[in-house]
Amino acid sequence: MSFILTFILMLIFWVLLSGHFGLILVVSAVIFSLLVAYLSHDLLLGGVGLSSLIIKSVRFIAYLPWLFWEILLANFEVIYITLHPGMKIDPEVIEFDPALKTDVGITILANSITLTPGTVTIEAGKKSGFKVHSLTKGADLTEMVTKVKWIEGEE
Amino acid sequence: MMFGLAALAIVVAAIMVLYRGIKGPRVYDRLLAINSMGTKTVILIALIGYMYERPHFLDIALVYALINFIGTIAFLKYRETGRLD
Amino acid sequence: MDIGTIICGVLLFIGCFFILVASVGVLRFPDFFTRIHPAGKTDTLGQACVLIGLIFYEGFDFISLKLLIIVVFLLVVNPTATYALANAAFISGVKPWKKGDKRQ
Repeated sequence: MSFILTFILMLIFWVLLSGHFGLILVVSAVIFSLLVAYLSHDLLLGGVGLSSLIIKSVRFIAYLPWLFWEILLANFEVIYITLHPGMKIDPEVIEFDPALKTDVGITILANSITLTPGTVTIEAGKKSGFKVHSLTKGADLTEMVTKVKWIEGEE
Repeated sequence: MMFGLAALAIVVAAIMVLYRGIKGPRVYDRLLAINSMGTKTVILIALIGYMYERPHFLDIALVYALINFIGTIAFLKYRETGRLD
Repeated sequence: MDIGTIICGVLLFIGCFFILVASVGVLRFPDFFTRIHPAGKTDTLGQACVLIGLIFYEGFDFISLKLLIIVVFLLVVNPTATYALANAAFISGVKPWKKGDKRQ
């Protein structure tokens, strides 16, 4: 299952990058997609069913507009702090455990935290929990954790 | 013209970051500067491709983005574990 | 001068502004953990702005699709590289700067 999906994804990617449809290009596209899918099909989609993959993808796309809005706000905050002559920063390290179950959820949450308000992830893992470096005191991440848990969904 | 001005701004930004790379007290500051310069180079290659009306420079930009990321990760791995296998 | 070129110019201006401010931030902030904030966030958005401006200039074809791939790739990879750097520095024992310490 994951083998076929990876093969189709790689084929689409090849066509997007090349944009030509000569015979030798199509044949080499099929050969190399088969090779890559054989070597790494358990890395990209390892053991995930098709239906849960589609649900998660749709939820992730629904999460994106909120994330972009937060990224914009975050950038204006960082620009304000950077250009302010007094350098009003008061950094601190926050520790919390969001209790996420899957690697995908942890990756999405860590990257979202890095991209949004005044916070950068410095440690993330199932066992160790999250450590977040914040530029100003009192950063609130509960809303983002709730949204990422919603993407992960109920197994 | 437009692309030339944008490329100039990015070159200025890259020079500022390069200063941090030369001065940076720790190896991580230098790595941060190098990674940042690498991503600026991706943008610069894309802009130069449009300046000279050769959009096929974008393939080089894509490959440069990949190599830049892998280079940073490889150097960090080498620094943490002392080997690369 | 068509509408795509104008949108492209505006986005290029915004993106270059973000990238310049990020560089100033990398120069000005007092220690490593505060420097990764502008390098990880503002830089990423600035680069995305410049490349999306180029997409508007190009219109819709294979080349702008390639630009879109670069944008998505940068948006995924830049925070990851930032995280890897921050994590490596944290594990090796770099202490975060507190208010009142001197600059490094």
